[in-house]
Amino acid sequence: MFYREAGDFKTSYTDDSQTFPIKFDRYRYYVVLAVAFGIIPFVINDYWANALLLPFLIYAIAAIGLNILVGYCGQVSLGTGGFMAVGAYACYKLMTSFPDVSMFIHVILAGGITAIVGVLFGLPSLRIKGFYLAVATLAAQFFLVWLFNRVPWFYNYSASGQINAPERDVFGIIITGPNAPAWATYMFCLIFLAVSALIARNLTRGTTGRTWMAIRDMDIAAEIIGVNPLKAKMSAFAVSSFFIGIAGALFFAVYLGAVEVGEVFGIQKSFLVLFMIIIGGLGSIFGSFAGAAFLVLLPVVLKVVGVDVLGWPTDIVAHLQLVIVGALIIMFLILEPHGLAQLWRVAKEKLRLWPFPH
Amino acid sequence: MKLKLATVALSALMAAGPALADLVIPDLSYRTGPYAAGGIPFSDGYNDYFTLLNERDGGIGGVPIRMVECETGYNTEKGVECYEATKGEGALVYQPLSTGITYQLIPKVTADDIPLHTMGYGRTSAKNGDVFSHTFNYPANYWDGASGAINYLLEENGGDLSGKKIALVYHNSAYGKEPIRTLEELSKKHGFELVALPVDHPGQEQKSQWLQIRRDRPDYVLMWGWGVMNQVAVQEAANIRFPMENFIGIWWSGSENDVLPAGEAANGYKALTFHNVGTDFPVFEDLQKHVVDAGKAAGAGDQVGTVLYNRGLYAAVLAAEAIKKAQEISGNAEITPSEMRAGMEALEMTEEKMAELGLANFGPTFSVSCENHGGDALVGVTQWDAANKTWTLISDFKPTDGDVIGALIDEDSAAYAAENNIEGRC
Repeated sequence: MFYREAGDFKTSYTDDSQTFPIKFDRYRYYVVLAVAFGIIPFVINDYWANALLLPFLIYAIAAIGLNILVGYCGQVSLGTGGFMAVGAYACYKLMTSFPDVSMFIHVILAGGITAIVGVLFGLPSLRIKGFYLAVATLAAQFFLVWLFNRVPWFYNYSASGQINAPERDVFGIIITGPNAPAWATYMFCLIFLAVSALIARNLTRGTTGRTWMAIRDMDIAAEIIGVNPLKAKMSAFAVSSFFIGIAGALFFAVYLGAVEVGEVFGIQKSFLVLFMIIIGGLGSIFGSFAGAAFLVLLPVVLKVVGVDVLGWPTDIVAHLQLVIVGALIIMFLILEPHGLAQLWRVAKEKLRLWPFPH
Repeated sequence: MKLKLATVALSALMAAGPALADLVIPDLSYRTGPYAAGGIPFSDGYNDYFTLLNERDGGIGGVPIRMVECETGYNTEKGVECYEATKGEGALVYQPLSTGITYQLIPKVTADDIPLHTMGYGRTSAKNGDVFSHTFNYPANYWDGASGAINYLLEENGGDLSGKKIALVYHNSAYGKEPIRTLEELSKKHGFELVALPVDHPGQEQKSQWLQIRRDRPDYVLMWGWGVMNQVAVQEAANIRFPMENFIGIWWSGSENDVLPAGEAANGYKALTFHNVGTDFPVFEDLQKHVVDAGKAAGAGDQVGTVLYNRGLYAAVLAAEAIKKAQEISGNAEITPSEMRAGMEALEMTEEKMAELGLANFGPTFSVSCENHGGDALVGVTQWDAANKTWTLISDFKPTDGDVIGALIDEDSAAYAAENNIEGRC
């Protein structure tokens, strides 16, 4: 009924290979974009921006980045928090050194710096695999956090070791700092997310993505058919770290405004983003969105239901939150090991046949 | 999508709440996580005092107080969420009890015109009200603490610390790093050697730090710890038989939670403080009668009289007095956050006022002004008696080294002002 391919004719190869070949899917995508760009900025307030939408958008970028590495290229990484910290500190140093440069450029440069660092820490992946690589990236996580805590140059010698985002603008609109309007911060992050998702989606559909997936599925076979593992793995680390760096920069500059590296970019952050892509679906761009939404919004929803609607004590709600989120994660992994993205695919299959399943 | 819709529905429900005609005090507490042992008693004390005012006096100036509690788990992201969720309700003052969250909130509260009170924590240079218009850290701050500890040691050593070695065991975070600069200056001034030993969050692993202390044999150890780190440090000090009377913690490392696990071995451990300990004050009788016996105590109601409960209570007392002041200045009973800020800036705590509140000699006297948001910086020392399980004030509230601290505060706040283009307003 809804997902009809019948009658949806394509007359050119370009049409046939577009991201959303089914008409309904394509229109849904346009509607989501229209709502995100055309409606939400006009109705957004501080609470919606800072408590829900900004973390969702930023975590989605980080999840896309990690999904490229883990989901598409099969290289397990526990260094996400550390790489986000690189993005944040790179952005901070750039912001304070070149105050007149646009924030867009700072964030993109921060992503570039993170990509370089990511490639450096990705080098061991040529020799080691699986759990051993996870341990190597874990070392990156701890080393980077230690580095930013230890070397005062990174935090401009401030007494507390914290970094604070000064007020910076894009075309005269304030993006960082407390006076930034909610819609501006939202739009800034949304643009980055939309572009990141577009790039990631098209990279993974093309040659680069295919070499990544070949490496993921069986690296020896991939090597035999002519995939260069050095190029494939390093490009995966670079692209992945680029997105994670952008996410880290936005997380610090736009969302939090002040960051203490050990607390904000600790090992928990690495696990959180990893959980997002596992729950959302490995090897799926939509899965990155779904996983980020699930882990950002669910705790807030549970809090609102428990404390504001039911009036329960805050500590009981906080504990219940852990129990419920944990139980849901286990449930998802048992019932649908391929994550929310697979759930969505199954739902689409069902809708395609509805109302006359065979 | 479904989740989003559910959130939309719920927030709509929230927004359609009752009209407000009371004084809203948000309580950004943490009753869960690794720092809950410190967060629970503070929050209980904070809540109980306002409950007492509601029950006994019918609020402040005839307007009831409404507490809005929000769980942060000592996590900055949740802290931001809590702030955004509660600020729309007309929150009068924020007290997040976390240096990390404080750093987030300093610029935000300034933009939203809501005062922030960080009592004995947060950004020390916020004492300079000329730059930090909405942040208050009276009656004492970390640098006062550092100087207070050194002053106490000077007193112990007949005014001379030259050649002594003092180790600082600190939580490796913005909070723990705060005193280092002051201690460095003081070590230059008094000629003692400073050894700084960081402990990473959450602080359960301190073997190597204490091994180093055992090897270096410092004369005194100072500690800037919080949560589980404190108990571990006291236990480790006992394990290496470091003399407890030479071990001094900041006020966040001096509660019952920190010393009870070590048992007898913790006897003689010292901690700084800016308020008195115990329940030997008339206000506690009222608390017992109107709040605890009436079954209205916050949490489990078992924290009354502990060090951190008293601190939460003291925070509430200062907030309530600032509300009174604000009502007096503005002439309205239902004040706005902006009027509250003015009230805090004009706050003056005298001995008579404290006695009137049933809290004679509970805290130091001080006054706040436009330039000075940090009070008069008087710091006392308490000591733990393991046999009776009580803290006692062994050194009364005494002034700290204003010359050294003042210069550092000017330097740090000037840097902040330059970074954020803030012009002096006093």
